[in-house]
Amino acid sequence: MTFTLDAALAARRFDVSLSLAPGETVAVLGPNGAGKSTLLSVISGLLRPDTGRAEVNGRVLFELGPGVHTWTAPHRRGTALLAQDPLLFPHLSALENVAFGPRSAGMPKREARESARHWLAEVDAADLADRRPGELSGGQAQRVAAARALAVDPEVLLLDEPLSALDIHAAPLLRRLLKRVLAGRRAIIVTHDVLDAYMLADRVIVMEEGRITEDGPTREVLRRPRSRFAAGLAGLNLVSGTVTSAGIRTAGGLEFAGQHDAPLVAGQAGVAAFPPSAVSVFLGEAHGSPRNSFRVTVTDLEPHGDQIRVRAGELSADVTPAASADLGLAPGLDVYFVVKAAAVSIYPS
Amino acid sequence: MRPGIRASAVLGAGTVAAVLTGCAAPAGDAGKTLTVFAAASLQTPFTALAEEFEAAHPGTTVTLSFAGSSDLATQISQGAPADVFASADTKNMAKLGGAGLVEGSPRDFATNVLTIAVPPENPASIASFADLAKPGVRTVICAAQVPCGAATKRVEQETGTTLTPVSEESSVTDVLGKVVSGEADAGLVYVTDVKAAGDKVQAIPFPESAQAVNTYPIAAVRTGKNQDLADAFIEAVTGTDGQRILRGAGFGTP
Amino acid sequence: MYTGIPRWVAAIAAVGALFVLLPLAAMLGRVNWPQFIPLITSESSLTALGLSLRTAAASTVLCVLFGVPLALVLARGDFPGQRLLRSFVLLPLVLPPVVGGIALLYAFGRQGLLGQSLGIAGLQIAFTTTAVILAQTFVALPFLVVSLEGALRSAGSRYESVAATLGARPTTVLRRVTLPLVLPGLASGAVLSFARSLGEFGATLTFAGSLPGVTRTLPLEIYLQRETDADAAVALSLLLVVVAVVVVGLSYRGPAPAGSGGRSARTGTPGRVPA
Repeated sequence: MTFTLDAALAARRFDVSLSLAPGETVAVLGPNGAGKSTLLSVISGLLRPDTGRAEVNGRVLFELGPGVHTWTAPHRRGTALLAQDPLLFPHLSALENVAFGPRSAGMPKREARESARHWLAEVDAADLADRRPGELSGGQAQRVAAARALAVDPEVLLLDEPLSALDIHAAPLLRRLLKRVLAGRRAIIVTHDVLDAYMLADRVIVMEEGRITEDGPTREVLRRPRSRFAAGLAGLNLVSGTVTSAGIRTAGGLEFAGQHDAPLVAGQAGVAAFPPSAVSVFLGEAHGSPRNSFRVTVTDLEPHGDQIRVRAGELSADVTPAASADLGLAPGLDVYFVVKAAAVSIYPS
Repeated sequence: MRPGIRASAVLGAGTVAAVLTGCAAPAGDAGKTLTVFAAASLQTPFTALAEEFEAAHPGTTVTLSFAGSSDLATQISQGAPADVFASADTKNMAKLGGAGLVEGSPRDFATNVLTIAVPPENPASIASFADLAKPGVRTVICAAQVPCGAATKRVEQETGTTLTPVSEESSVTDVLGKVVSGEADAGLVYVTDVKAAGDKVQAIPFPESAQAVNTYPIAAVRTGKNQDLADAFIEAVTGTDGQRILRGAGFGTP
Repeated sequence: MYTGIPRWVAAIAAVGALFVLLPLAAMLGRVNWPQFIPLITSESSLTALGLSLRTAAASTVLCVLFGVPLALVLARGDFPGQRLLRSFVLLPLVLPPVVGGIALLYAFGRQGLLGQSLGIAGLQIAFTTTAVILAQTFVALPFLVVSLEGALRSAGSRYESVAATLGARPTTVLRRVTLPLVLPGLASGAVLSFARSLGEFGATLTFAGSLPGVTRTLPLEIYLQRETDADAAVALSLLLVVVAVVVVGLSYRGPAPAGSGGRSARTGTPGRVPA
C-alpha cells in the first residue's frame, strides 16, 4: 500500500527515487530550479519522464523503459494538485469548483454538491459556497482550492508551495488548516519554508539539481544537515515543548515567551521558532529579563557569512567576530543566550 | 475586386519606321498617349489594332483598358481619362451620350452574336438551342442585367424556349469560365469568346442567334485630350485593316 | 486620466478612422432616400438578403465545428508540422478570394478531386447553396481559428492541468473548463466569421455561380445591380453595411474582458473582499 516513484528526465537533469508510506506526508525542500515542481508534474502525469516507474497501491501510474510503455493519463491517477495559485475555475462558484472533482468522477450532481459542502465546511469556507472566485480574497480562494483538491480523496495529494502566495495574515491560518487535513493523508508538499516542513511533514526531502540529496525524518534532517541547502535552512532555532499561557515550556523546564497568531490552548504540544540573528550572547545573567535567557554551553563556533555562528547543542546564535573576540567565546564556555519575545514565533505542533 | 475580365495592356512605343497611311499623323503626335477604353470582348483584336496604330503613328503610345462596358461607362462618367470608348452595346454608349460625354455621333464598327459553348467532349450532347432547356442539362447564362444576358433573353422570347439555368453570371467571362472548368454542360456566350478560348471549348452555332445581334459602337470621349488622335484611331478601327482584324476575331460587320 | 498617447499619434489615428468612414459617408450621400425602402424590399433584394443570412449562419456553424478543434490543436498541441498546419489554415486570410474559389472548384467541382466521387454518389455541389456555404466557410474559417487560438494561448493551460488532476477526462476538461474560459474569444471569432461570410464575393462568384435564391448572395446581387441600377446597388450596399455593423456591434466587444482568460482568479476582480 505504498507509493513508489523512480523517474529520470534528461532534459531537466531530473533523476529521483522516492517512496511514501500510507498516510505519510513528505516535505520537499530545495533551491529554485532544483526540480521540485518537476517532481510534482511527473507524479501527476503533466510531464512525461524518459524512463522510470511509479506505482500507488499496486496500480501503475507509468512504466517507461526499453520495450515497456505504460502510461496512466493524469485524470486517472488520483493525484490532486494544490498549487501556489488557487486556480479556481473563474466561471464556477466556490461550491461548483469543489464539486468539480466528484462530478468528473461520475457522482450525481446533488451528491457532488453535498460532498462539496462537506469539504467547504472542513476548510471553514461553508459561507463562501455561492461566491465566484473573483469575489474571494487570496486566503479564501486557497482554502476553497484545498477543499477542491481534498474532495476527490486523492491517493497522493500534491501541494506546490500552497502558502507562498498568501500574505502574512492568511498563511498561518491555512497552515493550521493544512495540518489538520493532512493528518493521516499521503501528501507531498513542496515548500520554501522550513516551518511548513516542520509543522506539516513527517519526513523531509532536500532536492538539489534534480536529485534528492537528503531524505529523512524532519527533525533529523534539520538537526544534522548534510546538504548545503539544508544547512542554510537549519539555522532556525526550533524548540518544542508544551504550550503555556505565555509561550512554550520545554521538557527541561525552559520557558520561551513569544508571538503567536493562532489561539493557543495551554497544555497542547507546540514549537517555538526564532532565528539565530535574534539571539544575543552574554557571559553573565545580569542583562535583560529573566525569561528567554538560557544558560548554555558553547559546543562549536563556525563562520557564517560575515558573522560567527555560536552553537550550543540544538540552539545557535549569530554574533559579530568582534563580539566573539570580546567575549572570548570558545567551545566549552558557559554563556547565556538571550532572545527577545518579539522575535520568537510560537506554533502548535 | 472583379475576377475575370479586367486587363489593361500598355504597349511600348515602337520606334518602328513610319508607314504613313491615308490619314497622315501631324508632327505634333510624337510622345502622345492615346487612352482607349474598350469592352472586354475586344481584347484580342484591339491589342493587335493598337500595335498597328502605333506603328503607323510613330511616337504615339496607345494605352488600352479592357472591362465590362457598363464598368467603363461608369468610370468615364466619374472622370477616368479616356480618349476613345468602344462599347459592346448601344445602351452604355447611349448612357454616356446622355451625359454629354460623347464627341460627335458614335459609329457602329462590329457585331457579335451568341453561340453555345460546350466543353470539348460535349458531355450533354448539345446540338441546338432547344437542347439547352432539356432536363438535367446544366446551362449557365448571363444575368439579364448585362448585355449578353439581355441578348439571351431576346433569343428565349423569340424562340419561345424557357431556359432553367443553374447560374446567371454577371459577366460573359464567368459563363465561359464555368464551361471551360467543366462545371457547366453549356453556356451562352459570344462567338468571339469561343474563338478567343481556342480548343478549350467547342462552339455549337444556332440559327436563332440572329434574333439578337449585338452592335458595337465606338466614339471619341468629349473630355479626352487627344481628339485628333482619337479620330484617327476610330478611323483605323472602322477602316479596312481594322475590319479585317475584327472579322478574324469572329466579329461581324454592322 | 493619463493615456500616454502622443498627440501626433492621435492625429494619425484620426486620419485613419476618417479613411474608413469617409467612403461610407460618401455612399450615404448617394442613397436615393425616397426610393430606399422599395429598393431594399424588392423581391430580388429580400431573396438575396435572406440567402446571405442563411448561408452566413450555416458557414459560421461549420467554422465553429471545424475551427474549435483546429484552434485547440494549434494552441495546445505539440507535433511536427504544427507551424506548417497553422500557415495553411490561415492561408485564406491572405489569399485573394478568387484563388480560393478556383481551388474549391478543383476540389469540389464536377471535375474536382472530391467532386468526381461526390458526383458518382449523386451529390452535386457546384451551383448549389452548399457551394456558397463551402466558399464562405473557406474564407471565414481562419478568422475563428486566429481569434480562438489567441484566446486559448492567453488563457494558458494551467486551469486545464488542474482539472485533469482532479480527475476530469479530456472531454470534460474541454466542455467544463476550456470552452467556458475562452467563450468571449469564441464568440468574437464566430461573429467575425459570420461577418466575413456575409461579405464573401470572389470565391462564391468563381465557385458557386449566381442564381437568385440559390447562390446569389447579397454581395453578388449588389454587383449585378450595379450594371443597370446604381440606386439599387447603393441601397443594398447600405443594407449590408447596416447588417454588418449590427452583428459586429452586438456581439463583438473587442478583446476578451478581464478575468475571463486571466492568469488567476484573484487578479480578475481585485480587492472586493478583504484578505
